[in-house]
Amino acid sequence: MGMTLSEKIIADACGQDIVRPGEIVTCKVGLAMTHDSSGARRQEPRLKELGVDVWDPNKVVVITDHYVPAVDALSAEILKITRDWVKDQGIPHFYDMQGICHIVLPERGHLHPGLFAVGGDSHSPTGGAFGSFMVGIGATDMTGVLVTGEIWINVPPTILVNWSGSLSKYVTAKDMMLKLCAEIGLNGANYKVVEFAGDGVTSLSMDERMVLPNMTAEVGAKTGIIAPDQVTVDWLEEHGAKTEGALDWFSDSDCEYEDTLNFDASTLSPQVAAPHSPANAAPVEDYKNIAVQQAYIGACTGAKLEDLQMAAAVIKGKTVATDTRFLVAPASTRITAAAAADGTLATLTAAGAILLPSGCGACAGLGAGILSSGDTCISSTNRNFPGRMGSAHAKVYLGSPYAVAAAAVAGRIIDPREVGDVA
Amino acid sequence: MTGAAWVYGNDINTDVLAPGAYLKGSVEEMAKHCLESIDPDFATTVAPGDIVVGGDNFGIGSSREQAAQSLSILGVNVVVAKSFARIFYRNAFNLGVIPLVCEDAGKVQKGDELRIDAEKGKVENLTRGETYACETVPPHLMEIVRDGGLLPHLKKKLKGK
Repeated sequence: MGMTLSEKIIADACGQDIVRPGEIVTCKVGLAMTHDSSGARRQEPRLKELGVDVWDPNKVVVITDHYVPAVDALSAEILKITRDWVKDQGIPHFYDMQGICHIVLPERGHLHPGLFAVGGDSHSPTGGAFGSFMVGIGATDMTGVLVTGEIWINVPPTILVNWSGSLSKYVTAKDMMLKLCAEIGLNGANYKVVEFAGDGVTSLSMDERMVLPNMTAEVGAKTGIIAPDQVTVDWLEEHGAKTEGALDWFSDSDCEYEDTLNFDASTLSPQVAAPHSPANAAPVEDYKNIAVQQAYIGACTGAKLEDLQMAAAVIKGKTVATDTRFLVAPASTRITAAAAADGTLATLTAAGAILLPSGCGACAGLGAGILSSGDTCISSTNRNFPGRMGSAHAKVYLGSPYAVAAAAVAGRIIDPREVGDVA
Repeated sequence: MTGAAWVYGNDINTDVLAPGAYLKGSVEEMAKHCLESIDPDFATTVAPGDIVVGGDNFGIGSSREQAAQSLSILGVNVVVAKSFARIFYRNAFNLGVIPLVCEDAGKVQKGDELRIDAEKGKVENLTRGETYACETVPPHLMEIVRDGGLLPHLKKKLKGK
């Protein structure tokens, strides 16, 4: 019996020929990513207490994205601690205020197929879009990794999520994930790996593919992964990442999946998840005409270049509704530059969008764009738990960038396919 | 270990356990707001040794370990639930809180007196005279628990080198 792609990466990282689900193994970590929230401010005092340094500074990537730019003395202090610690430890890969960690990491060429990686953030599975096995861990777990370069793992079983057909216009990878959340629930993949396959997946761009493993955090998965193909390799080359042997990483034809779920991309319609759970997803018509005071394009899930382009396509030549705030926080500085160069930002701002800095921002309830009690927001982000984006009494609906931009124009939730009808 | 039960439902998430608005500050301050959006009385009235009981998927959401650490600061050393979200499960052990997987968690009512034997995987409900079996904790995690969390565990390991 063969192994799944994830099992192969784990076996490689723990130095065994074969691993099977349920086995507890200790893996060598190929890359450890931390941000300003779970990183230096937690790690610095702990490493000092233990009297040791980072095991291999070259394998550590530090990115500031949660408290950027500093808005008060506390956030400024956290950023200072981060900058000082990076210097002190001689960590060469440090990206200060360059964007959200899950986007910056692949953008700067740090991920590649077959890599066993950990990240101090729950959306670390995003790295699976590049054929890496990347899991999110807490700050104390990260201390263990930074000290030893190793981590224990209970080899997870893999669920295959197979999407056939291709998406129709105004339907996106975000809609695919909202659909999956509704189908299997918030713990539908608890402790498992979700591997995405099928022509509904391989036909997606890398920007879109990233959304799939990213939101496996919302179904409780250990991580998500997509086998690399030529689209992956081209993207990696363009971003200066390692491509050698990239296509050697795939699930064996005789591997064992715990379950296989089949979906049809061609019949999927735009989805929206109602408060307060991503699993409350349903076709957009179920939530039609709900008034929104804020429409937010942001986060690792929904503010990549193509996400901004989707929003621009919907809003081009139109104006944001009077009682609605339309906020756009591009996921990285490189994305901002690209969107400025191709006219996307001009289209958005001409319609009345307000540009925000790149970072986790309002999605994590930290940066600009926090909600008040009684606010209703539609957001291209990943989570809508109570209090996630500010007040516990705010309501957050999740949708694709198309759905968010359409709601910004209409002042209420509408089917993005009908935005042409809005005056 | 014996304590009174605080009972909650499914999908108790990290934004409820550790609200984002308090992430910047100290964990001690964060602990004061633990669970406040669903139970404003919890953080002010929970007693050291009390036990939190949840349904499925306890701790879903963020990797922020303040979710487990807040409970620990409030004196909660055990969470009993039908199932746990994976990052919370790891964080809990690392911070000295034992997450016990117990199919019968739903039988516990608020205020029930529970006696926990984590090593044997047993929850006794003293109020109802019932005993529930839990999954036993893997040996490598029990070692971390015995050392008082991952940091003291690492300290011990580094000393041994």
